[in-house]
Amino acid sequence: MRFGVVRFPGSCDERDALLAAARVGDAELLWHADPDLHGVDAVIVPGGFSYGDYLRVGAIARFAPVMASVLDFAREGGPVLGICNGFQVLCEAGLLPGALLPNTSLRFVCRQVEVEVVNPDRAGGPWFRACARGERLSIPVKHTTGRYFAPPGELPEEQIVLRYVPGHNPNGSQDDIAGVSNPEGNVLGLMPHPEHAVDPLTGSADGLKLFESLDRALVA
Amino acid sequence: MKALVLIRPKAGILDPQGRAVQRALPALGFEGVRDVRVGRLVELEVDEPDRLPEMCETLLTNPLIEDYEIRS
Repeated sequence: MRFGVVRFPGSCDERDALLAAARVGDAELLWHADPDLHGVDAVIVPGGFSYGDYLRVGAIARFAPVMASVLDFAREGGPVLGICNGFQVLCEAGLLPGALLPNTSLRFVCRQVEVEVVNPDRAGGPWFRACARGERLSIPVKHTTGRYFAPPGELPEEQIVLRYVPGHNPNGSQDDIAGVSNPEGNVLGLMPHPEHAVDPLTGSADGLKLFESLDRALVA
Repeated sequence: MKALVLIRPKAGILDPQGRAVQRALPALGFEGVRDVRVGRLVELEVDEPDRLPEMCETLLTNPLIEDYEIRS
């Protein structure tokens, strides 16, 4: 299988996402100005500061030429993963419910957190096939704007896929939400960085499970 | 024409920036400040002011989390 990793001006985690994806399949970069997705099987919108995050995080990136194709790809059921800034971009694009607000602490947080996979089944789509319900993953976060918010009634419970374990919420997210999916489950957004947790050398390889899950889902 | 778009966090959404400012003011001797909300101001020079609401809804604001007001 082949992953495409979007690169915007200001992205900074696309190399790690590429390397993580390359552990389970082929991976290539997709340039923001090129609407051609090169026939990839899954798209990753990585972390960073797309277009400088000017105006509002993800606000300008969602209108990049590549994003029009990512929207079509997602609507046809293609797997799309948004990590950190990628999550913010997918929310701005309306592919995922809610929005990300500045951390309650107003501080940049960078630490290992424990998250619980609360809904690996339908809402977890292809992204959590290798995980059990209630499984805990150790994955780092690093962000200033990660406080998840959805207006009342906008986020069905079953679309909450990932929660910070009690005491690990680093940003004041509503209901400890760390990751949400679209109703179909093929689009997933999360603040923690699974691409930074793929080798025991850096403390945890739990993040690799998302990439392995997708490989398993697409081969099955 | 020149237009101003005032953008503020929606009522009910925690605004930690506003809260930090609110805490700082009494420390400087400004008492009686009951609420502070910090937003943004976008100044535009536009040919088609009729399209300002559309600009606000599309790019300038995220209607889920922000309210806006157009002043010319």
